[in-house]
Amino acid sequence: MQNTQITTTTESRIGPYGFFIDPSRCIGCEACVNACAECETHRGYPMIHVDFIDRQKSTATVPTVCMHCDRPTCAEVCPADAIKKTADGVVQSSLKTRCIACSNCVLACPFGIPKMKSELEQMMKCDMCYDRTSAGKRPMCATVCPSQALAYVPLDEIRRTRREKPVNVFYFGKEKVTTKVFMMTPAEADAIPVDIADFMWEPEL
Amino acid sequence: MARPPIDEALLIERYGPHLKYEPPGGWQSEAENPAENLVRTHCCFCGQQCGIQLKVRDNQVIGFEPWEEFPFNRGMLCPKGVKRYMQSSHPDRLLSPLMRDATGFRNSTWDEALSFTATKLRDLQQRYGRDAVAVYGGASLTTEKTYLLGKFARVALGTRHIDYNGRLCMVSAGTAYKLVFGVDRSPNPWSDIPLADVIILAGSNTAECSPITTDYIWRFRDRGGKLIVMDPRMTPITRNADLFLPVRPGTDLAVLLAMMHVIVRDGLQDREFINRHTAGFDAVAESVKPWDPVTAARISGVPPEAIEKAARWFASAERGFALHARGLEHHSKGVENVLALINICVATGNIGREGAGCVMITGQGNGQGGREHGQKCDQLPGQRSIADPEARQHVAKVWGIEPDEIPQAGYTAVEIMEAIHRGEIKGLLSICFNPLVSLPDANFTREALEKLEFFGVIDFFMSETASHADVVLAGSLHEEEEGVSANVEGRVIHIQQAVTPPGDARLDSQILCDLARHLGRGQYFDFREPREIFNELREASRGGPADYFGITYEKIDRQLGVFWPCPSEDHPGTPRLFEESRFFHADGKARFQVTEYRESGDPVDNEYPIYLTTGRVISQYLSGTQTRRIGALVDQYPEPRIEIHPRLAKEHGIEDEDWVTVTTRRSDVTLRAMVVRTIRPDTVFIPYHWGGSKSANRLTHRTLDPRSKIPEYKVSACKIRKSQPPPSLE
Repeated sequence: MQNTQITTTTESRIGPYGFFIDPSRCIGCEACVNACAECETHRGYPMIHVDFIDRQKSTATVPTVCMHCDRPTCAEVCPADAIKKTADGVVQSSLKTRCIACSNCVLACPFGIPKMKSELEQMMKCDMCYDRTSAGKRPMCATVCPSQALAYVPLDEIRRTRREKPVNVFYFGKEKVTTKVFMMTPAEADAIPVDIADFMWEPEL
Repeated sequence: MARPPIDEALLIERYGPHLKYEPPGGWQSEAENPAENLVRTHCCFCGQQCGIQLKVRDNQVIGFEPWEEFPFNRGMLCPKGVKRYMQSSHPDRLLSPLMRDATGFRNSTWDEALSFTATKLRDLQQRYGRDAVAVYGGASLTTEKTYLLGKFARVALGTRHIDYNGRLCMVSAGTAYKLVFGVDRSPNPWSDIPLADVIILAGSNTAECSPITTDYIWRFRDRGGKLIVMDPRMTPITRNADLFLPVRPGTDLAVLLAMMHVIVRDGLQDREFINRHTAGFDAVAESVKPWDPVTAARISGVPPEAIEKAARWFASAERGFALHARGLEHHSKGVENVLALINICVATGNIGREGAGCVMITGQGNGQGGREHGQKCDQLPGQRSIADPEARQHVAKVWGIEPDEIPQAGYTAVEIMEAIHRGEIKGLLSICFNPLVSLPDANFTREALEKLEFFGVIDFFMSETASHADVVLAGSLHEEEEGVSANVEGRVIHIQQAVTPPGDARLDSQILCDLARHLGRGQYFDFREPREIFNELREASRGGPADYFGITYEKIDRQLGVFWPCPSEDHPGTPRLFEESRFFHADGKARFQVTEYRESGDPVDNEYPIYLTTGRVISQYLSGTQTRRIGALVDQYPEPRIEIHPRLAKEHGIEDEDWVTVTTRRSDVTLRAMVVRTIRPDTVFIPYHWGGSKSANRLTHRTLDPRSKIPEYKVSACKIRKSQPPPSLE
């Protein structure tokens, strides 16, 4: 994610459950990626990934799922009108019959989500486990996530129980993007030491 | 005699590890042929024992579905849990008994393999005495199997030498808890973790080794709790620590003694609790006098201010909670380390209350249940001492033998291997144990295995160790045999049989009962199913500290687990111990224990100036017998790498991905470097899940804690140099 500015919206625009990402909880275990590959609509292919930011410097990791934009750029730039959003706000993978594998969506997405599956000649991406969520089940990744860095719970519950706060408004320069998925803002800190030497005691020579 | 009959390449070609990536029939087969059954059971990879539902069709496990109602993990799983089902229907699976011949191993009938095994074991015992054969068990077995194995060793073979691989895991914690509290179990349920105000997490790579516990700790932080982490590495759980204590390997005790020093110096102890419910505090208070924080800082490398702060935070908290794991316990003073930590909890009154206490994070699948009912060398069922005449009387009666027929305590796991090496023990029967990968000083282990006159193995895959065997008896996977295990909390849970063993493989319990018959002791092993073994176990444990008498399979299903002790069928079980501040010693008091600091058994010097420490990665489990065969888990962390701080790497001209040779007083290993500033610059780390030339345990040493007999995996002295690729890759 490039220079992304995050602010909060007060509107609650989704149903009883919301999808929340909190990178500060992520332990990089990749249970989400492995579980994603178990989803029935794309079994064998994970549609999400975990970034190790800079393993040499820290253990920080970030799970990346589709943010499901209210006005999805991927769909707007699609010349084949192959990317559809459901009435409940979930942006789907491209329709196989329409997708021309041009990769416009891959280039246009501000969050870097869609992936061109060249072997299938189709763009595929996280669809919030639509086969599960539309049937009242929780998405695979957020169900198994052992740190609940990915969580699928009611919005009022996350506001009540977490110390970080959910936001779903993003600024990319002047462009404002609102999303169905929420990002938890990190706890405030004056400075975050990341080298173990910063913590150690050594006698002065 | 017990060398592998064929070379390593041929062994791998025949028996793997091969990588399995897809469920039976391929990824798309479930769409056409959906599952017939959804079986509620548990993950087999680690002591969290997460609830999981296995999808079954045509007697094959074809996938999983989260089990959100199970209260411990509420649907959560780590990648091992997600891919756990891939161990089933695996191409490497052993499908019939194997007997060694000139060409390797040949399939045999059960009758031939069992007769041969029984004849060999009896012959060795007649020639060299009953104790010339030993039995190895494992803490990934169901509790029924571990109970049966303990009885098998003592009643069918009559040997005193039976021990298990939990000796490499929970024994330092268990010894310490017994000394202080009189019982070996985590006193608090995990639901207490989010309710604490201050947590100290000592020697636990929680995120990778007990991933579900992460969410409990993050929920504690959501409530405003302060997290203190003590470790030589900044593991992922450290990223949200409020205070990090970067302890030098082998010096945890110095930090803990200094914390107690601060508590006593500043009068932060809970005097009323100490007076009413404990004994021995004054001696501990006296013993920590020399341990001021600056002295501890010189030894441990942890700043004195951080030690002061940790002590004050913990002692001032309304609810303090300590969690610890192998980082604290895998030391030749592992028992002392744990004692010093629980001394702090008891001195501050943080025990036996909601959100206040101390717990050990069990490592192996049935690490808790597997040590309670008789496969430990010094214990009888119910966590009873084998030296206790009353316990012997009770168990002998349940077994239908005379108390004198029960042998006394035998050697522990490493001591058994040493006795094999010096020729005292001639025969070994092993189940659920891969000592060639998991014991310290692997070259020594290999030499010992090669000296065995008879070696029998029960396993489902051909492990590195099994390839040394004369007979390999094809046993059962976790999902193939019903039983119970106890999770990290002491919650007894129900393992379901989802499928039956494939081919000619058999239930482990059936193999042991059949072998007992071949040994002429069948009358003591007349069990038709695991439930019958469990019912005998309930009687055998009755009245002991780990009392299972009131637990039934049905009650477990109804309550989603039963915490022991559970002495009667109308008893709900005991989620939290010591609630009335009454401990398991006869006088009801907790007993403080004085601990003395000492050097590790393999100290650094000018020639070997760097600390080596070992541990796990998220996608592998123990010696890797199962997880090194699951494609997705291997891809996630394909090879062991050496973690090195950039400062140390620069001194040796090492860059990320370079080949590096690590040498200790035992041996050397050459692996690629992983240059990270999350490890102390005086320490390197290697994960231990691999065998052969990639084995971290070629480097470790056999120094044991004198009481728990745990090996000192967490500290060895080593030197490093930039190197060339190992010969096999040239």
